[in-house]
Amino acid sequence: MSYIVANQVAKEFGDKENKVSAVRRIDLSIAQSEFISIMGESGAGKSTLLSMLGGLLSPSKGEILIGGINIYGLKRDKLADFRREFMGFIFQSFQLVPYLNVIENVQLPLAVTHYSEAEKKNLATSALERVGLKDKAFRLPNQISGGEQERVAIARAVVNEPPILFADEPTGNLDSRNSEEVMKLLKRLNSEGQTIVMVTHSRRNAEHADRIIEVADGCLRETTPVRAAAC
Amino acid sequence: MKLHDIAVNNLRRRKGKVFFLVMGLLVGVAAVVALHTTTTILEEDIAHKMDEFGANIIVTPKSEGLSLTYGGLSLGGLSFDMKEISEADLEKIRTIENAANIRIVSPKVFGVFEKEGHKALVVGVDFNEELSLKKWWKITGDAPEKPNQILLGKEAAEWFQASPVPLLEIKGEPFKVAGVLESTGSQDDGLVFMNLPTSQKLFGKQGTIGMIEIAALCKNCPISEIVSQLSDKLPSAKVTAVQQVVEGRMDTLHSFRKFSLGISALVLLVGSMVVFVTMMASVNERTREIGIFSAIGFRRSHIMKIILLEAAAVSLMAGLTGYLMGIGVTRLLLTFLTDHMPKFNLDPLVALGAVFLAVLVGLLASLYPALTASRMDPSEALRTL
Repeated sequence: MSYIVANQVAKEFGDKENKVSAVRRIDLSIAQSEFISIMGESGAGKSTLLSMLGGLLSPSKGEILIGGINIYGLKRDKLADFRREFMGFIFQSFQLVPYLNVIENVQLPLAVTHYSEAEKKNLATSALERVGLKDKAFRLPNQISGGEQERVAIARAVVNEPPILFADEPTGNLDSRNSEEVMKLLKRLNSEGQTIVMVTHSRRNAEHADRIIEVADGCLRETTPVRAAAC
Repeated sequence: MKLHDIAVNNLRRRKGKVFFLVMGLLVGVAAVVALHTTTTILEEDIAHKMDEFGANIIVTPKSEGLSLTYGGLSLGGLSFDMKEISEADLEKIRTIENAANIRIVSPKVFGVFEKEGHKALVVGVDFNEELSLKKWWKITGDAPEKPNQILLGKEAAEWFQASPVPLLEIKGEPFKVAGVLESTGSQDDGLVFMNLPTSQKLFGKQGTIGMIEIAALCKNCPISEIVSQLSDKLPSAKVTAVQQVVEGRMDTLHSFRKFSLGISALVLLVGSMVVFVTMMASVNERTREIGIFSAIGFRRSHIMKIILLEAAAVSLMAGLTGYLMGIGVTRLLLTFLTDHMPKFNLDPLVALGAVFLAVLVGLLASLYPALTASRMDPSEALRTL
């Protein structure tokens, strides 16, 4: 059963004269607990597609349904609540807040929830344990390695146990050993029931997913299993 | 982890930026506190000095007619159906509710004498009070200290050629001219000033007073209130406020206050601009971070709250340190602006006002940057997803 559905989704940037179509009328459906990789050349539109699926960028045309809810039909604050409750994000270049230590960064999505301080701390500690960084909880981001920063970013994305995880080039700044560790971690999270949508350049990393979707020139081409291209 | 923890952590770990932000507002707050405190202290000092400078209330006997004038005011002493002010009434003046505001009470007795073809008005005064009242008098020689000594106005001295011959006979009594007033440009120039009891005896007015000039400290009390209280205590007298003097003093003080307010507003405006520019720069610098907050589910109001909490914390620091610095600057200013250090009490209301003002200005100046931050598009801000 489809959990995330993109119906005829398109995104255009710029005004009339300089209009650029980043994504052209894509149809896509992702099942619950599925792990998919989106691959493509730079500028193919894969990150734009991920942003639209993640509720960060409203499409110019079409709709995105998650659990049957048209997320861009929600008001801005409700969409923010939806992201907080149902989505976790792993950004390229880690995107940790430099003045917060590791455990504070992990607790960030919980800052505006109704959990007690003790519960927030327990959840963050538990998330750090899952990524193997409990002992570095009080270090600042610049005091840990790139691989560790990526794992902190993953802990932050999963701290409130959202059902969907969006990852944009999670291994883009890591060496092969750290990349492999991160991919194993994502695979494990997926096996625990999390739906994962990941953008990557690396075929090797993409193959950790259940399905690979290839995007080229704003259009979608699927592999494993293959679905008809939208354009 | 709550929103205020994010704000506090940001401030704690960006000490340099916080320092510049605090300094921007601190200078404004310190300037406002210094200007306000200095103005208030100087205002009180000036008001005190001005209140001592000449009379602002005149007490004359009630009468049915007007005949002679003194200082542009009618004197009942030469009118018909005249009621008298007795010497005992002087004591009553110090018993009114606002007695603390009565600074100088200068009773006077008037008499006329003629010599060498010139008629002159003799004014019996209490020299201690009169000299306190008329600080602009400059005396060649000395002020009279003994009952048989007199003080002549400049013109009176010329009429009676008293300067070279320091003895003057008035109604058969010899008086020693202790001093001569330098020209005042007023009718004082033509008067002869004499010790009060001596003049009462000389003109047969023992126990009576012709007029009383009063200097009341009225910065914080309505002069009309004092006039009313005096009228109740002295039913046989007519008590009049010298309106032009009172209003002139109040105008001077109001102008001084307006000037201070204008400068304060200007300095605050500059301070708020500094906060605005710094906060705006800070928001632009933190675009990615704000993008993260937004992406992970912070509402617009959450992001605004973080920015405004930071602004409030910085403003609070600036308000407190600005107040202390302002007081320091005030002390320094007063050593230059006054001959003596006036009475200086720390006013907790000013401290509270400074902190409140700093927080208010800080928040207002940060409102637009906070709104801008809250409106940032998360994907635009991150530029990665």
